[in-house]
Order: sequence, then structure tokens, then C-alpha cells
Amino acid sequence: MQKEYKTIKEVAGPLLIVEGVTGVKYEELVDVELPDGSIRRGRVLEITKDKAVVQMFEDTRGISMQDSKARFLGRVMEVPVSTDMLGRIFDGAGNPKDGGGKIIAEKKLNVNGNPINPYSRDYPNDFIQTGISTIDGLNTLVRGQKLPIFSGAGLPHNNIAAQIARQAKVVQISPDGKVKSDDSQFAVVFGAMGITFEEAEYFINEFRQTGAIERAVMYINLADDPVVERITLPRLALTTAEYLAFEKGMHVLVILTDLTNYCEALREVAAARKEVPGRRGYPGYLYTDLSTLYERAGRIQGREGSITQIPILTMPEDDKTHPIPDLTGYITEGQIMLSRTLHKQGIMPPVDVLPCLSRLMPKGIGEGKTREDHSGVFNQLYAAYARGREAKELAVILGEAALSDVDKKYVKFADEFENRYIRQGEDEDRDILTTLTLSWELLSILPKSELKRVKEEQIEKYLPKVKEKSKA
Amino acid sequence: MKEQTGKIIKVSGPLVVASGMSGAKMYEVVKVSEKKLIGEIIRLDGDLAFIQVYEDTSGLGPDEPVFRTELPLAVTLGPGLLTSFYDGIQRPLVSLQEKTGAFIARGIEVASIDENKEWDFKPVVKTGDKVVAGDVLGEVVETKLIVHKIMVPVNIKGGIVKNIKSGKFKVNDVVAEVDSHKITMVQKWPIRDPRPVQKKLVPGTPLITGQRIIDTFFPIAKGGAGCIPGPFGAGKTVIQHQLAKWADADVIIFIGCGERGNEMTDVLMEFPELKDPKTGKPLMERTVLIANTSNMPVAAREASVYTGITIAEYFRDMGYNVALMADSTSRWAEAMREISGRLEEMPGEEGYPAYLGSRTAAFYERSGIVKTLGSEAREGSLTVVGAVSPPGGDLSEPVTQNTLRVTKVFWSLEAGLAYRRHFPSINWLTSYSLYTDDLSDFFKKEAADDFSELRVMAMTLLQKESELEEIVRLVGLDALSANEQLVLETSRSLREDFLMQNAFDDIDTYTSLQKQYLMLKSIITFYRASLSALDRGVKLQDIIVLPIKEKIGRSKMTPADKIKDLENLVSEIQKSIDLL
Repeated sequence: MQKEYKTIKEVAGPLLIVEGVTGVKYEELVDVELPDGSIRRGRVLEITKDKAVVQMFEDTRGISMQDSKARFLGRVMEVPVSTDMLGRIFDGAGNPKDGGGKIIAEKKLNVNGNPINPYSRDYPNDFIQTGISTIDGLNTLVRGQKLPIFSGAGLPHNNIAAQIARQAKVVQISPDGKVKSDDSQFAVVFGAMGITFEEAEYFINEFRQTGAIERAVMYINLADDPVVERITLPRLALTTAEYLAFEKGMHVLVILTDLTNYCEALREVAAARKEVPGRRGYPGYLYTDLSTLYERAGRIQGREGSITQIPILTMPEDDKTHPIPDLTGYITEGQIMLSRTLHKQGIMPPVDVLPCLSRLMPKGIGEGKTREDHSGVFNQLYAAYARGREAKELAVILGEAALSDVDKKYVKFADEFENRYIRQGEDEDRDILTTLTLSWELLSILPKSELKRVKEEQIEKYLPKVKEKSKA
Repeated sequence: MKEQTGKIIKVSGPLVVASGMSGAKMYEVVKVSEKKLIGEIIRLDGDLAFIQVYEDTSGLGPDEPVFRTELPLAVTLGPGLLTSFYDGIQRPLVSLQEKTGAFIARGIEVASIDENKEWDFKPVVKTGDKVVAGDVLGEVVETKLIVHKIMVPVNIKGGIVKNIKSGKFKVNDVVAEVDSHKITMVQKWPIRDPRPVQKKLVPGTPLITGQRIIDTFFPIAKGGAGCIPGPFGAGKTVIQHQLAKWADADVIIFIGCGERGNEMTDVLMEFPELKDPKTGKPLMERTVLIANTSNMPVAAREASVYTGITIAEYFRDMGYNVALMADSTSRWAEAMREISGRLEEMPGEEGYPAYLGSRTAAFYERSGIVKTLGSEAREGSLTVVGAVSPPGGDLSEPVTQNTLRVTKVFWSLEAGLAYRRHFPSINWLTSYSLYTDDLSDFFKKEAADDFSELRVMAMTLLQKESELEEIVRLVGLDALSANEQLVLETSRSLREDFLMQNAFDDIDTYTSLQKQYLMLKSIITFYRASLSALDRGVKLQDIIVLPIKEKIGRSKMTPADKIKDLENLVSEIQKSIDLL
């Protein structure tokens, strides 16, 4: 039975207070009918005796206390799912946005989902080749990981995300040194929160051009769409992803952008509820809330599919200690940081290698996954680049002449590393072996005695080869 | 007496308020609605009870019933705890999976320990013996590593043993009687009350972890409390895992409190394969894992640290050395903050409740080395290591500050070191251990007479290095004297060859105390010998190019059975420098 009330007592920002209600449940959906007959949707945020606090997903403009009616639907928010969703575009309320018809649901799922039992999880260790050296070689992505891109306003995070979506595949390295891609089913779920029309178009076109749209589900909330929809949008996207991954056995890549807008929307609702604020006005439960999104990535034992997440967030003032990147970093399994300095130097993609991290990398690389020298090469490149950067800083103060011979080599290494390893074309799809060979070429700049982090036999095996090549 | 029920009047996230609850007790467990969601009373006001619910509350509404159980939130203690994998309120995740599949649904009740498994109970007392609370009645071989001791429960003061049995029993079978009390192999204990002991003792033995920077420079005592604060990406979790793997405790309790699901899976998959370096048995056989990942209900996260520490105390009472790792206590504090916010309490610093400090202190004070209850007065210890995740790496925030006030060991993780891939990224200049003096006798006896001396020497060199580096940055390396350059060279060796330790390398992951001593000794010997060589007029350049330098660098890769090589290395260093 549906219950209808004309007792809206207060409207404040996105919140309504309805009095005199009975039998209302926490998180229940509410339809509010305006005097002009239009319907807006919301959900119950708090219920005390006969008073319900309702959070509207859409604008509260035009809602009047006398003539509007609140109808409690007796169910929590669900998303209809079906494989027909592939190739379609939806808004933050789950309605089609591409002019197509409604989805005929195979089933309806609660958008909040249930937490994955940690015991049922399978450890993610399948190497995903993105074709981007800085990711594959140094911050390897694996299936079931959540690896955010920490960016800033004006940096090309969208291009990187699109490139990953375009090129990402699971590969197998055969003993004769060929890279073969594995042809399991995969899909992209794209959730955009509060991005501009142009950004959205960029992704849609990008997916169209490459044909990726056929296996993509897009949820889009533009910057001028209702703010509160941004709170449910990622949940719709992830519920869809869970359905495709764990029921249909697909490998799903979820791209969420921009988490900063999501958190701002949360703050807006929290402020309207007069909650005690935590850091910088964000609600105290921001960590818990974000984790209910990010932790939905993963793999489950005995099931085919997986969910890999790439959330994108723009750090306000490029500040990594801002609550949004900070709490994100505590939940996700690493991060890809973009650097404004590299971007200004015209190096694309401007991945700031040193503060990047992929926590699941150790289990996703090495013999049988990539190549046995990967871990050593990674450590060596990393350490050498760090030393090179330090030497460069020193050279700024003391002048290049003051550097020791070894340090001069490190400076040369750092420059070459930025120019050849980090810099890469937007359409350049480097396979992992190419990336590793390139690494050895760069390492050959340094004296052999400096290569302490790679094993002796690997130096024997790989270093002479690239030396010959560079001579030729 | 009619059934004790109340009625919901308010639902706000994990907080539910119910009326008609007069007579309810603080921290009593209740079942909320017909779904029977587990909750705990955290405030009483007239006939209103404020309940934190350990499961998702969506779909609950006013007028639904709340059932009282009249019991506090308690853990079940008995054989079968080890190798278990629990959620925050001691529900085995394995049983949850059997009931609802890969996703955790709500309102499921499962037994905390297997009630059908039979254990071989061997009595150690006879009928007619007089026992008191805490005395061991019998033993059960729980795993290959741990003998589980069945003790007289604390609430039974004592009496004469009757009808004690021997043989195979299930945990709920009566195995003995003490006066009129029937004793089974399980007992319950409320998680928020520390288990009583006869008295606390002063710690005097280190917890050997096999991690060089910890054991040599910043040791933690058995029964001590330590904290690891650090920004994300600094390697807190890896250190916690290393401690859980290699610490020489008998029993390990690992609490994943509000952390990543995949990390817990990693622990779960890795531990059964790892072997205890002493016994060669799987490490899982001495471990209890508790996982309340960040996306699991927030109230259960608050409870998870108490669940863990109560289980830890129970094993301590058997006379074992127990180590508890909590990763991360910041998430626990945040759970408190969230509940406190919903209760509309007056916030303290940064929105945390004003009682954050006292709760934190009370938690860490449950650590310690103790004389247990019982007439034989066993000695057991409980070491607590808590990770703290300060926002933005800023150590001035309330959780870190409150933790530092009560812990005596501080392992300061630094993102800068992690970026340079210096792992473990414990900063050697800012970390401290207040146990070094208490433990120096132990090191003298177990490692070597000059162990403390070497440590002080090494620390001085590292201090000196940071001063010299400032100078180098300003005026360049050439401005330093040969002696000072030698300090830099030696400290670099200390950092790279000693402090840096690769957790993922088979050999390097664990270093015995003896090996730590020899490694340190060879570096310091190099320094001392070079110093006198410089006095004789030898050039620093000639010393640095010596092949023994490289040997020092490779010494960390010496396998445990070739430790003699390191002894030889020390004399080889002395000789080859003396020859110059």
C-alpha cells in the first residue's frame, strides 16, 4: 500500500521534512508530486516517530508546503539491470538519457549493495596491460584493483582515463617473447558526476570512435544537473558493474569522475541536515561513505568476472592532504598522481612517478605474469629517477660542474627517463615487453656498478642486448 | 515475566532509538526489528535506549520491535578460536559465506566457534583437587602450535573438582564440575571489560620481530604498546603484516579495522602458506584474524578492536605471549566519531568525541605482561601495536596525539622515505622506543656485550649525517673533511645495507638477532678501521673502492645457515683495511 501525505512541514536545501507519517522506513524512496503534477524523487534520510527527513535527488524548487504531496513507495532504491544496458547512457536517477526506450529489467538490485565477505574475495593478481609505460612498468594495474588518478584542475586526467579504457587488456606473455591478449569478455561502466558537457562529450565520442561504446554503460550527471543525484549515481554505476561482473562473468572497468564533485554533494546534504562537520566541513562519515564505493571493486572466488575501478579526482589546489584525496588514498590500493610541472614541460601523460603507487603490483608482476626482471627493473628505475631528480636539484644550487661524474649520469638518466619513458603518445600502445626493453636501454646510461637492485644474472641477460642495439 | 521488548521511534544511519526500554542496561545487546539485527545500547535516557546497530539499517522504521537479550556484548572463548577469520562481532566469515554467499546479508546468527567439532580433552587435575578461578583444569591440543588450556572461569571463585572427564568432547559438553558449577570448554566474556589478572609486571624481554630497524634501534617489549602512524602509502600495512608473520609471540591476533578487503584476503591466503621460522608449522595455526573492512557496518568496526583484544587476553591468561596488531585505530576512532555525531554529543577536537582520549588509553592499557589468575600464577603477555592513519600525514591530529600519550614505542613512518623506496620507511631520527633501557640486559645476554654500544654508535653516525647533509646541500661535498666524508659513506651503508629491508625477499624478510648484530658489527668495524686508516694517511678513495664494501652491501642476503660467513666478514674487513 502506498501512503500519501500532504504534510510537508519544512523545505531546506535538498531536504524535506514530512510530518504525521506512519510505517515509513529508513532509506525508503519518496515521490513528491508538485502542484503542476510533475514528480520528483527522494529518499528517507532519517525518521523520528512520525517525522521523516527526506533527501530529494532533484531540485526542491517549486515544492510548496500546501499543495505538494509526498508519496512513500515502500521500497528502497533499486536499479533495474539487464545486459541490454550495454551501449546505453543514463542519468543519475537511472533514466535513459540517450533518447532510447526504458530498459526491460532482468532483475532489480538494491543500489547500496551488500559488502563483499572478505573471506569470499579472491586476491587480485592478473596483470592488466594499459599500454602506458608509467602504469604498466611502475604502477601495475591488476584485475579487481581500485587505482585512482589524483589530478588537478586543467590536467589531462580525462585523456589518460580514456586511453586506459581504450587500451586496457589482460595479456599473456609466451616464452618466445610474444605478447598475446586474452579474449575474455569485458565491459566499461562510466560514471560521471558533475562534469561539464564538453568533458562528457569527449568521453562519449571517444567511446564511439573506438567502438567501445558497444560494451559500455554510461551514467552521466552534468554540472548543471541536480546535485543530489551525484550521491546515487556512483551507486547505480557500481550496482550495474556488480551485475555485469559477478552475474554475467564480465571483466568490468569502472571509471568514476569526478569524486571531488561527489564529496561536495555529500557536504551539501550534511550541511543542510545541520550535522557536526569533520575536516573542512565534510561530514565525519566521509571515509565510511567513500569506502562503500571503492570497496565494491574486487574479485570473488569461484566467479568469472571482476570489477576494476579507476576513480578520478581533482585535488583542490593540488593539495594531496585535502580530505578527499587523503581519505581516498587510505582506501584505494595506490594512486596515480599527475604533475603540473611535467605537464608544463609538455610531457604527456604527465604522470608524477615518485608519489605514485600500486599496492597490488608485487603479486601481479614477475615470472608468469610479466617477466622475471620486472620487479628489479622497477625498483632500479624508481631509485635511479629519484636520485637523478635530487642531483638535478643540487645542480640548480651549485651548478652542474659541482656534480660528481656519477651524478651527472643520473641527471642524464632522469632527463631521458622523462623524455622517453614517461612521454608517450595518446595512441601509443606500448606492450609490457617494449616497456621493459626501454627500461634497460635507459638503465644502460648508468654505470653497471650502480645497478644494485637488479639481479646479477638479469644484468647479464638483458643489458648487453640493449647495448648492442643502441650501438647499432 | 513478559518478553522484554521496546519499540523503535527513530532511525538515523547506524543509530536506532527505541522507547519502552526501561530496565535495560548500558551495553546490553538487543535484536532490532523482526530481521533481528544485532545492536548494542550505548545511551539510556528515561525509557529511551539509544542503540548502535551492527548491520545496515535500511528498511527499518518506527514501531518495529526491539528485543532485549539482557546480556552484554560478549565473545565466546574456547577451542576453535585459532585459525578463525571473524567479522567485528565474532561471526566467522566462513559461516556467513555458507549462509548467504559472497555478499554479507543481514540478521544472520551463527555460532562463533564450531559447536560440533570434537576435541580431545586431557585433564590436568583430579577429582577432589581444590582449584581457584584461573586454574587450568585440562588441556586440548588446538593446533600443532598451541595447546589450549581450559581454565576455571573467572566468575567461579573456586572449589573442589568433581566428575572430571577425559576424552573427546564438543565445546558445550560438560567436562568437569567445580562445586556445583558445571564446566564446559567455552566461556563468554564481555568485550568491553578487561579480563582480570593478579598483577601487572614490568616488561623486560623484547618482542623479536626480525625487522632490523625495529629490533636493533626501536625495540618493543613483550607486553608493551607501540604505535605506527603514517600517511597512506608509507607502508603501515606491510609492517603490520611483517610483525604478524615474524614476531616471536605464541599467538597473533590481527585486526583489520576499517581497512581494505583485498588486504585481508592477502593475509588470509598468505598465512596458511607461511611457516613459523622456529617450528616450521603454518603461521595460521597461531593466528586469529578479525576483519571489519571499511565498507562493513561502522558500528561493528567500533566493536572489532574490543573483540580482538578480549580474545588476546584470553590466550594471555593461558600463559602465552600474545601480540595484537590493529590496522587501523584511526578507523576505530572515526567509527566512534560517527556514532557520537549521531547521538548529537558535544564534539571535541575535529569532531571526535571528548572521550576519545580516555577510550584510547583504556584500550592500550589492556596490554602488559602479567601474572595471571590461578594458583600457579602463569606469566603471560599481551603486546599491542596499533597503526594510526593521520589525515594528510599530520601527526598533530587528535588520534595520533592521544595514542602517543599512552604508547611507549613510536615508529614514525615517512612518505618521503617511501617515495625513495626506502622500506620499511621508519624514520630513524624521529622514532623512539622507551624500552631500550629495560631491554639492554636482554640484548647483552642474547646478542652480544657490545650490542648497545654499537647501536648508540650507529645512531650517532646517522644523526651526524643529517647535520652534514645540510652542509653538503649548501656548499658541496668537497667542503667536507675526509673524516666527515667517511661519516657520510658509513651512514649511507647503514641506511642502505642495514635499515632498508625487503619484506618481499625470501631471505631479507626476516633477520635473526645474531645476524642483525653481525651486520651492524661489520659496518661499524668498517668505520672504525677506516678512521684509523685515514689517520695513517690512507686516502678515502682507496678505502671506498675496496671489494669488501660490496660484500657488506650483500650481507643482508646471507642465509641463516651461513651466518659464519658474516663472522668471517668482520675480520676480513679489519684485515683488508689494515693492509692499506
